[in-house]
Amino acid sequence: MSPIVLTTDGLCKRFGSLEVARDVSIALPRGARHALIGPNGAGKTTLINLITGQLRPDAGRITLGGVDVTAMPVAARVRRGLTRTFQINTLFPDLTPLEAVTLAVCEREGKAGQFWRGLTGHRAAIDEAFDILAQLRLADVATRLTRHLPYGQQRLLEIALALATRPSVLLLDEPAAGVPKDESAMLFNVIAALPQDITILFIEHDMSIVFTFASRIIVLVAGAVLIEAAPDVVSGDPRVREVYLGQAHGA
Amino acid sequence: MVDTTLARHHPDGAHTWLKRQSRWSVFEIAFWLATLLPFFLFPTYLTLASQIAIAALFAISVDLILGYAGIVTLGHAMFFGLGAYSAGLISVHGWGEPLTGLAFAAAFAGLVGFIVSFLIVRVQHLALIMITLGLGLLTYELANALTWLTGGTDGLRGIRTWPIFNQFRFDLWGYTAYSYALAVLFLGFLASRRIVNSSFGLALRGIRENVRRMPAIGSDHRRHLQTIYTISAAIAGIAGALLAQTTNVVALDALSFNRSADVVVMLILGGTGRLYGAILGSIIFLVARDQLAGVNPQYWYFWIGLLLMFVVLFMPKGILGGLARLVVRREP
Repeated sequence: MSPIVLTTDGLCKRFGSLEVARDVSIALPRGARHALIGPNGAGKTTLINLITGQLRPDAGRITLGGVDVTAMPVAARVRRGLTRTFQINTLFPDLTPLEAVTLAVCEREGKAGQFWRGLTGHRAAIDEAFDILAQLRLADVATRLTRHLPYGQQRLLEIALALATRPSVLLLDEPAAGVPKDESAMLFNVIAALPQDITILFIEHDMSIVFTFASRIIVLVAGAVLIEAAPDVVSGDPRVREVYLGQAHGA
Repeated sequence: MVDTTLARHHPDGAHTWLKRQSRWSVFEIAFWLATLLPFFLFPTYLTLASQIAIAALFAISVDLILGYAGIVTLGHAMFFGLGAYSAGLISVHGWGEPLTGLAFAAAFAGLVGFIVSFLIVRVQHLALIMITLGLGLLTYELANALTWLTGGTDGLRGIRTWPIFNQFRFDLWGYTAYSYALAVLFLGFLASRRIVNSSFGLALRGIRENVRRMPAIGSDHRRHLQTIYTISAAIAGIAGALLAQTTNVVALDALSFNRSADVVVMLILGGTGRLYGAILGSIIFLVARDQLAGVNPQYWYFWIGLLLMFVVLFMPKGILGGLARLVVRREP
């Protein structure tokens, strides 16, 4: 068993009378490929927001590599290797992918504050940015403005920006949201090709993709973990079938 | 418009492309050579020319925060005025050496800018505009009240600026004043150009483009904002000091709301986020004021208002942005 890199312990969050996270405890071992599924409104994105620090939990704690990060701001968690992507593109429309990823590399290296040194002086950062873009098949469009890129490539850039932070834990919030079905399989092939030591938790609605790429599945219902198990166990679980059939989804 | 073939399949292409983004163009060199023309073509307008150079440096300082980092301000005259009073006061108290005067003004305005920046980075949108406006008004009234120090409404008098490098006296025609203001503008421009073409400049554009993403790539973006606000305040202070040294008087109007608003108008006219827009806007604004005030001294803002509306409606990226669209350069 690989060592645990990320844990949540009894996370609770409520918005008024609505409980969006109820005593959520999960543990991700190094190199995990876990899927987070559940019906709409189950609190999947909320859980990612809690783990990354966009939201503060009402109770519970989060550890990353054994360190309590519950009170840490978002950027500090990212610098410790806990990075996410967004369900809705959160990019820099008027920067090129090359500039955006170079910026992310410079931020990681602590060089983004150097106002006295020309950008082209950061050769290693630019090379690394280009490598990341090439890895995600974005080298051809590296110098086009982000807002001119086709939607599918913008989704890939979401991941490229996250990779530039050198994450040890990567949380992918519906990486293929809005991408046509045939393209989304390609996108997940790119994700599957990421280095094995990166721990990945992803949200995805397409069950065929979930069962192809996830080694374990966490099912979230009404803010609470219903079951966490291997895919075949999850697919055979009567409660899961009920949740999904009740929602008129095919499980 | 943007050439993509170079970067294809090879990181060298990426380097080349990035280098080209910050390369000096022919237009730039031609522009800076043209700034010398007033010496030969309009020797009677050198005083106006130095006013323009000072306004342009001030507008560049605002472009750094407004055009690049997206901090909208209606109170930047605060730093211009603080710089003017700092340079004026050390001269009144016996030290009229101009370059150290500039340095002193930059340090003081920068220090105040740094202190204020802790407040600035915590507010956004309308609140940000109101905070900058409020700080500007506060500073104005403070200077108004401290008559013993600033001269109040009479202005700060008795400034004597020593010759530059102990060689070049300030003359009645403004040869020295324009040379001095132009040289400082050029150096301020070079520094700003380096800043916007650095990784830090890229971070500022990132903040402007999507501040929500910045923490998610590990950026402490508030620190970036504080840095650029401090730099901008220092440059605005230098511009103010230039005015004090070239006119030998500091009036309260150096701190006025009008000056804060005018500089934003100049920047919007010229075009934000490209440095040259700040310079072009200052030229248009001050030449128009000079010419229109001759025709119609009371109502010249009418025409500025009309021009401003025309530019905002039909050239959203300012006059320079409009020109750049006409001159589409095709490179191999």
